[in-house]
Amino acid sequence: MDIRVDTVRKEFSLYPALNDVSLEVKSSELIALLGPSGSGKTTLLRLIAGLELPTAGRIFFGDEDASGKTVQERNVGFVFQAYALFRNMTVLDNISFGLKVRPRSTRPPNAEIRRRAMELLDLVQLTGLEKRFPQQLSGGQRQRVALARALAIEPRVLLLDEPFGALDAQVRKELRKWLREIHDRTGHTTVFVTHDQEEALELADRLVVMSQGKIEQVGTPDEVYDRPNSPFVFSFIGESSSIPVAVENRELWSGGRAIGLPAPADAPGEATLFFRPHDVELVEDGVGAALAGVVAASRRVGGTRRVELEVGGNPNRVEIDLPFDHPAGERTRIAFRPKRWRVFPGKV
Amino acid sequence: MKPSVIPGFGLTFGYTILYLSLLVLIPIAGLFLKAATTPWPQIVRIATAPRTINALEISFGSSLIAALVNVLFGVIVAWVLVRYKFPGRRILDAIVDLPFALPTAVAGIALSTLYAPKGWIGSLFSDKGPLWQWWHAQTWLPFGLEQFSLNFKIAYTPTGIVIALIFVGLPFIVRTVQPVLEEFEQELEEAAATLGANRWQTIAKVILPRLTPALLTGFALAFARAVGEYGSVIFIAGNLPNISEIAPVLIVIKLEEFDQAGAAVIAGIMLIISFAMLLVVNLIQAWARRRFGNV
Repeated sequence: MDIRVDTVRKEFSLYPALNDVSLEVKSSELIALLGPSGSGKTTLLRLIAGLELPTAGRIFFGDEDASGKTVQERNVGFVFQAYALFRNMTVLDNISFGLKVRPRSTRPPNAEIRRRAMELLDLVQLTGLEKRFPQQLSGGQRQRVALARALAIEPRVLLLDEPFGALDAQVRKELRKWLREIHDRTGHTTVFVTHDQEEALELADRLVVMSQGKIEQVGTPDEVYDRPNSPFVFSFIGESSSIPVAVENRELWSGGRAIGLPAPADAPGEATLFFRPHDVELVEDGVGAALAGVVAASRRVGGTRRVELEVGGNPNRVEIDLPFDHPAGERTRIAFRPKRWRVFPGKV
Repeated sequence: MKPSVIPGFGLTFGYTILYLSLLVLIPIAGLFLKAATTPWPQIVRIATAPRTINALEISFGSSLIAALVNVLFGVIVAWVLVRYKFPGRRILDAIVDLPFALPTAVAGIALSTLYAPKGWIGSLFSDKGPLWQWWHAQTWLPFGLEQFSLNFKIAYTPTGIVIALIFVGLPFIVRTVQPVLEEFEQELEEAAATLGANRWQTIAKVILPRLTPALLTGFALAFARAVGEYGSVIFIAGNLPNISEIAPVLIVIKLEEFDQAGAAVIAGIMLIISFAMLLVVNLIQAWARRRFGNV
């Protein structure tokens, strides 16, 4: 089931949480809404679910306009960050809840409900825990129960609101992989919200980067990572360094020196150069055009050494990564050229 | 005792014991000692006297009914106070506490005035009163039902006792349920809604089970309060022996007759029954806590 969000706007007491957002989610796609807090990602998810109603705009499930439908009618599976399991029910009762509350005409017989719930319990790898109560489970197990419960109603779309936000790093990684497997097996159109970019990059077919109630960029993880379309996306996704530059004669200049990078567009003036700290090549200082700076600080981070450079008296330091045993780590002055970069006009 | 990082255990514990002893344990022990000086056959005679048994039945029966009624309406009041924002909510919230603060005798007089056969509400139910006339004007009633007349006395009957006890017990339910409702995670209701549950199913299967422990506590408090209530009941009950005479009234009557042994025995029986009932409620709660965790 594909989802189409058509110029949706949501205002909470006059302050717009979402500003005319449009988005298309393809059938069977796993898509991530990524953004800092307050970017409107959770609001968008809740609007799709019907837990909030838009101030303006429409939401389509397939060809059907779902905007006027209640949560119950939309038939979506929703997973909350804090699990939201029913504590007074066993795991099995939690999973079968959605089937048990159906009106008699569409409710499967009890034996069938039980069989389906047990099947889902198998799917989420919690076989044998059906008689436990939620508070007897670990956080990761609870979130699996929550997912099984959402899948039990055979939802048209699956929506997850920071599903792994409350879990510790190890469990997070496991569940991430596992969610991908489940998605590949069941093929539900899935939208999940996260502020963890690593999670989004690893898990999603496509990313939707949001900021201040607007969509900044939509694309595959590679597209968004390699070709960010705005300074916000560049600095929000992955590590980034930036330095003010000038565009002149189809070249980039810093501190009165050409730095050996061609300007992408011939629009003279101030601009900002963005690159990834690990995407640089070192050059001999004084040989050829490059960015050169004085080492201000350096620290070892796992397998790499992160070096902070002061380039041309610029107050903001620039960070680059070196292999931790690279001889340049000992020097006081380093010259480098970004291998991949983006230039955005104006000062950022 | 494991050593604790919080200092002052000795002091606070000693104070607790002293305080409880002076105010609760010693008076109750004295009561049982007094009752124990009575010869055994006399105890049995007092305890099995029809008037005693009737008074105990009326006391515990009407307390039970009042507490149950309060559970229902207390939840509705707490729900309205927590879930809806409306003008005057704070005033309504404050009114709930009035039964705590009002001298119960004042409440009793007010209630008996209202519910007496000539009172504003009591007169509605009187013989040939408005309700009676409305009932008899109904032509759709199936055969025989029109015989069932709608006149009954409220004040000076056990019904009046129940009304007074509902009055004094209401705040207990509201005040125990209110904080639980306030802390209730909205996500649980949203989860139920996404799973297709309608409003009633959500209330019955998700919200009410969470309220149960608080409801039990509130029920126990309201019930205990009702069993011991005296001031408001004596005005509305009429205090007819065997019909509308509650046990506390019987105790006072015994005392006025200088029958201290009789009073002590009845009081002892009341204490034992109350204690047993509160114990049962506590056991149910402990069971629920074990089963559902700290709900």
